[in-house]
Amino acid sequence: MKNKRASRLSDHARELGLLAFIVILALLFQIRNPKFLTLSNLKDLFTNTAILGVLSVGMMMVLLTGGIDLSIGATIAFSGMVTALTVSVNPSISPIVSLLQGMATGLIIGMIVGFLIAYCKILPIIASLGMMNIVRGLTYLVSKGKWVSAYQMSDGFKAISTGTTLGINNLVVIAIVIYLIFAYFINHTRTGRFIYAVGSSPETADIVGIPRKRILLLVYAAMGVLAGLAGVLWVSRYASAQGDTAQGYEMSVIAAVVLGGVSVSGGRGKVSGIILGTILFGMLNNALPLINVSPFWQQAIQGVVILMAVISNVLIKRNNDRMTLRKRVI
Amino acid sequence: MSERTIQTEKPWSWKNFFFQWEWFLIALLIGINIFNSFLTPYYFTADTFLSTPMNFLDKAFLVFPMMMIIVLGNIDVSVGSIIALSSVIMAVSYNAGLPMPAAMVLCLIVSTTCGLINGLLQAKFKELSSTIVTISTQIIYRGIAYIILEDKASGKFPSWFSFLGWGYVGNVPFITIVFVVFTIIFAILIHRTRFGRQLFAMGNNSTACRYSGIKTENMLVSVSTIMGFMAGITALFLTSRMGSTRPNVASGYELDVIAMVVLGGVSTAGGKGRITGPLLAIFIIGFLNYGLGLFNISAQVLLIILGVLLIVSVMLQNLRFDKRRQKSGVVSK
Repeated sequence: MKNKRASRLSDHARELGLLAFIVILALLFQIRNPKFLTLSNLKDLFTNTAILGVLSVGMMMVLLTGGIDLSIGATIAFSGMVTALTVSVNPSISPIVSLLQGMATGLIIGMIVGFLIAYCKILPIIASLGMMNIVRGLTYLVSKGKWVSAYQMSDGFKAISTGTTLGINNLVVIAIVIYLIFAYFINHTRTGRFIYAVGSSPETADIVGIPRKRILLLVYAAMGVLAGLAGVLWVSRYASAQGDTAQGYEMSVIAAVVLGGVSVSGGRGKVSGIILGTILFGMLNNALPLINVSPFWQQAIQGVVILMAVISNVLIKRNNDRMTLRKRVI
Repeated sequence: MSERTIQTEKPWSWKNFFFQWEWFLIALLIGINIFNSFLTPYYFTADTFLSTPMNFLDKAFLVFPMMMIIVLGNIDVSVGSIIALSSVIMAVSYNAGLPMPAAMVLCLIVSTTCGLINGLLQAKFKELSSTIVTISTQIIYRGIAYIILEDKASGKFPSWFSFLGWGYVGNVPFITIVFVVFTIIFAILIHRTRFGRQLFAMGNNSTACRYSGIKTENMLVSVSTIMGFMAGITALFLTSRMGSTRPNVASGYELDVIAMVVLGGVSTAGGKGRITGPLLAIFIIGFLNYGLGLFNISAQVLLIILGVLLIVSVMLQNLRFDKRRQKSGVVSK
């Protein structure tokens, strides 16, 4: 009994550590700037982090299979641009239709990426790097280099991100719903468990009859849908669609996910982890300007955070493996 | 042909000779040049072929070390950032009073150190793929460049510095001469030395290499360090051509360079490739860009073309290697 509890605690060591780190960091920020832990700032924090959270879900699946997707920043820009252009031409379009349009755009791009990776056997980084440039180029082409600004968007479209449901901002509501669905999907459905299996050992997955290629396609398609959704949310939130929207945002998403303990070599990661990772990353983004860190420092800080996170993941895993070996010794 | 011995060179036959990837590349190169010649009547002059390469040879320095990295089965997406960081440090240190030759050496030292760090991280943490390591260092290096220079530009180099990018020796651009020298060095290094053979062996089976006494960690580190050094060389020529530098220079270079390498027939799975392929690919992509530039095609369309080229060439490579593997019966699937 005692042993069981101990092992359960060590199972969650990483998440608890992350939680403790978030609390400590929050207190430090609070000391530097008392505005940090106010209700309005926390609301801001969660609203700003919601889009990141939506994308983390997709990126977690991609990383679970041992892949990576660098094309999502471009997908966000493209789906946002396409929906914004549609809204600017037909202002009467319902926001729901806009959301669906964005998701469909993302789905197509995601399926192409997935097809290239699963069926054409192109390395994820090369396929998504190529698609990133293609989609980014397309974004400039469809917009002819122009922006879609706030006055061209209908009020209904802008209300997607400013409106509230039950007193909570819509973005946060959408993120929570996606997390609930995702947590059920990845932990309790067969397909969800297949994703882990494909990532931890592709050969074994093939041998036991898991449709590995279809799983890969599914994962990148899902990433595409979420990126497409995020594109609409992004454009609605910032009330402007530009050719360089979300340039490099894929790095933030990868950072948040690996911070949450998802292994980049596949097969390891928890939903609770990415929630904490996303919040921690959102907190850094929110608090660094509050404590007067120059915006030019943020990129380097982000990079260091990713590197530290992946390295600590490796060290923790090495330690775990060593412990498991030691347990076997009688 | 026995499957158990490593066959580094296939037996010579007319069929093998004509079914080489390089012929396809040569045909492509000639096709592009014929296409270009329709755009301007003055195209087929010696001057075009001597001066045009000045426009794209700065990237070409990165192609051979990138080929070495891809032969190992790895990838490096941080090269653009290394160029930016070393170029920014060179400019800032020169403007802070360091003599220009010393600043240039500093540029090379910085870039080599960046490469070394990439290599050490990969060797120390083997669990991490080269993708994630270089993605994070990509952000860090460019982030440091932004910390140093914020969004300003820096330049005002001495006038002789522009010789690197713009100068001629006789009729031949200086950059072309340097490129030829590096091509010879890398051709020998990759195809005629023990180091090169170990490179290909590691790309095929890293574990087996480790067990047979190749110092795989040292190989990883040295290849990354060479990449860093060459990024420094690129930084020198690029900065010289532009006359000033900003933290966002050379962004997206990794795409061009990786596209050149894989178009050149180097397998992204590692272990396969010949230096002639990437060498031809440099000129294919270079002349393609030049021609499309003459045609007044926007930079965004170039992005799309480059992306398509990257994906299609990897796809063709995969098909080619699959077929060969099926024929030799090594892989059943």
